[in-house]
Amino acid sequence: MELLERFVAGELEAFEALFRQYQCEVYRWIVRIVRDPAAAEDLTVETFWRVHRAHARFCADGNFGAWLRRIATNVALDHLRKARPTSELLADVAAAEMPDGLEQQEVRKTILRAFAELPARLRIVVQLALIEDEPHKEIAESLGISLAAVKLRMYRGTRLLRKKLEKQGVRP
Amino acid sequence: MSQDELRKNEVEKEEFDELREKLRGAIPAIGQAELRRDLWPDMLRRMERPKIRVPWFDWALLGVATAAAIFFPAVIPALLYHL
Repeated sequence: MELLERFVAGELEAFEALFRQYQCEVYRWIVRIVRDPAAAEDLTVETFWRVHRAHARFCADGNFGAWLRRIATNVALDHLRKARPTSELLADVAAAEMPDGLEQQEVRKTILRAFAELPARLRIVVQLALIEDEPHKEIAESLGISLAAVKLRMYRGTRLLRKKLEKQGVRP
Repeated sequence: MSQDELRKNEVEKEEFDELREKLRGAIPAIGQAELRRDLWPDMLRRMERPKIRVPWFDWALLGVATAAAIFFPAVIPALLYHL
């Protein structure tokens, strides 16, 4: 029997083989969304837990990688909705080296705050497309939405971000 | 496409690129982060974690409270008081 068929049948060894094969890929994807390595590890386990629970619903002929990516994206999105993004992102700034002056640091913090205030469904698209340079097609597939919806979210996200920055006195 | 529309698109693209640069300056890309350890032991622990079970007595209590609220609505304030 093929690995995926054995996984659908509920074989633990097959699940373990798939876990070992895909854990790095899932982690890399999640950490790009949540930007926190420790949280990304937990969310990787949570993703595979959901996969394990839903094993019987997966069609063995289907694309396992795409299915997994979709679940991982949903798990990361749930985390973004629950977590307090401002503190996580500001920790990012503290961790990064800051060769610039105080004024530049203030601008960075303002940008981070404005970015963190975006709704999670817009933030994830803006982050993956603008910061991580992920192709729109990949983003659409991982979120389970159309390419047009990704472009619309990008447009809304950047417009909202620009408005917030202008309000804070930062010219985008 | 008219000249005005072309110019508008150009301006929008410029603004978009500027915003991208600003964002990247403030939030560096994570890129290809590597997983530092095997997560399989964590996965096994997650799978072994017992499911949260509601004791049968709680279900019975909920049933009684619901029935009381339906058949004797006057008891609702009393039930709310005891919550």
